[in-house]
Amino acid sequence: MLEGILLGLSAALSVQNILMVVAGCLIGTFIGMLPGLGPMSIIAIMIPVAITLGDPTAALILLAGVYYGAIFGGSTSSILLNAPGVAGTVATSFDGYPMARKGQAGKALTIAAVASFAGGTIGAILLAIFAPALSSVALLFHSAEYFALMVVGLSAIAAFAGSGQVFKALLMTVLGLILATVGEGALFNMPRFTMGLMDLQSGISFITLAMAMFALPEAIYLVLDPKRSETGSSSGKIENLRFSRAEGRAMMPVIGRQSVQGFFIGVLPGAGATIASFLGYAVERNIASEEEQKEFGKGSVKGLAAPETANNAACTGSFVPLLTLGIPGSGTTAILLGALIALNVTPGPRLMIDEPDIFWAVIISMYIGNLVLLVLNLPLIPYIAKILTIPRTFLIPFILFFTLMGAYIGQNNSTELLMLVGLGVLATIFKFADYPLAPLLIGFILGTMLEDNFARSMQLYRGLDFIWERPMTLGLLILAAVLVLLPSFRAYRARLKARGVADGD
Amino acid sequence: MALDRWIALVFVAFCCAYGYAAFFTMDQLLPPFMQRNPVWPSTFPKILSVFGVIVGLVVLFGLEAVETSEPSPTDINWRRLHEYKLGQALALLAMMVIYALALRPAGFLLSTTVFLAGGSALLGERRWHILLPVALLATGSIWYLVEEVLGIFLRPLPTFL
Repeated sequence: MLEGILLGLSAALSVQNILMVVAGCLIGTFIGMLPGLGPMSIIAIMIPVAITLGDPTAALILLAGVYYGAIFGGSTSSILLNAPGVAGTVATSFDGYPMARKGQAGKALTIAAVASFAGGTIGAILLAIFAPALSSVALLFHSAEYFALMVVGLSAIAAFAGSGQVFKALLMTVLGLILATVGEGALFNMPRFTMGLMDLQSGISFITLAMAMFALPEAIYLVLDPKRSETGSSSGKIENLRFSRAEGRAMMPVIGRQSVQGFFIGVLPGAGATIASFLGYAVERNIASEEEQKEFGKGSVKGLAAPETANNAACTGSFVPLLTLGIPGSGTTAILLGALIALNVTPGPRLMIDEPDIFWAVIISMYIGNLVLLVLNLPLIPYIAKILTIPRTFLIPFILFFTLMGAYIGQNNSTELLMLVGLGVLATIFKFADYPLAPLLIGFILGTMLEDNFARSMQLYRGLDFIWERPMTLGLLILAAVLVLLPSFRAYRARLKARGVADGD
Repeated sequence: MALDRWIALVFVAFCCAYGYAAFFTMDQLLPPFMQRNPVWPSTFPKILSVFGVIVGLVVLFGLEAVETSEPSPTDINWRRLHEYKLGQALALLAMMVIYALALRPAGFLLSTTVFLAGGSALLGERRWHILLPVALLATGSIWYLVEEVLGIFLRPLPTFL
């Protein structure tokens, strides 16, 4: 492992890659601060730039920096404006905004930055320990297990991500898988579902789909409802970034607990930063002393540190399944996976063996990214926060233009732009009806791999026998079914029970 | 019927069409040597279409027990669609389509400047002395970045020049 860390250090500490981290963090913070633009939209917009860099290490470092920056920017707007740009920072506004209202905006931002730094750093250490171990286990997997594992991943995402509506999320997953079958697959060398259109021959472009799913609906929402982009009243000047020693001591155990808890929640597919931050907030409130509990919601130091630590640790944790299994557990890591595939890198257990420099450089750049956020972004926050005053009349055309540009640069084809608009309208309708969009993109990205592994196991076992002959495959598939059916079974039981109580005979 | 069920209905119909193509039309072109294979190009789509119809029907008939929560006032709600600036959104989408069609013939510089300035004007910006320079400057610098730094060709001028 030491060898790996040294290798990563030498790769990540090149001038170019340090520039990438700094640039990524700054860009991410800038855009992440804007209400309504989450990390997924920003990363989707940045992908064409990252891909044209050509160097996978630099590209991944850039995108990871953007990811961290975006989350930090989201916390900033939660604290200053009570307008979380990202779902993962909603819990931050519970205590961050009251603190800013009390005139302690600077202190709140510092606490958020320190907590994020600690969460991200401890998460990165845990990642360095667990990822190699997990990938050595994953090397034992055959294509049948991979197929089953992806099914488990997809159902876990549907079960955890869809705000309780598992089947809606499943519907989106299936739609994503269906979209992935369009075009000419490597396996069969035969165009499928292209409807005779040449432009569909190579399939639907993943960048176009990512833009259409995440960036475009957000922009349309901002147009539809001007209130969403209203920046509200900024709570005064940001001054005095320090916090006291006693507050620091109160934060320490919270940070320790939440970085571990957040990391492991982040590892689970579909759970991610949002659940980690809410759970972290709830746990810390429950175990705090009675006096401190009263402080929660009114500007408690612990209440601010807990979700901030947990969401950054969870973001780091979500890299574990991506780097070791090649299976993304969240929308953001799915986009990163798409970018990696476009750069000719296949994440998975072999990544550590075949291209250790990429693997370790990413982990090392996580430390550097967290450090950059702490020492570079924090002092700059008062200036960066000025971006919140850009009027929406300028902002929205630029967001739309960047989504168009992203799709165009990727393919150099203006049909792609028409597809972007069409898919974007579709995604907006889905969003109106409360269908989660991330499962669609994850399904789309995993679709090809899922089919490849399925076909390979079918060919090896001359049919579906691989399900019975490999106990691990069968076990994983049963797990997937349980994940999907359990929530509705429990809800059904609860409904029956409620009905029984209401009848009360 | 709620919007999400309409979507489920459309999805079921879509899966039926997709399944029809997979079950009845795709295998006709399959060369004989591939028919001995246990897995055909249509195998995975067949599974997907069946699965999609089942999932779609579950959503359509509301078989899944979900506790419905009241939508929060800040969330966007399609029932209040008429209160939103639907016209502006549609006009911007139309502008995106026009931009897509005009990008090649009119060149990057012209179409982008018009798109950025037009978009701002459409959203109610009337300070032309700020708007036009911003659009021009942004177009120029983005073109320089993409063309010179990233090295991707973008036709800057209209085709007839």
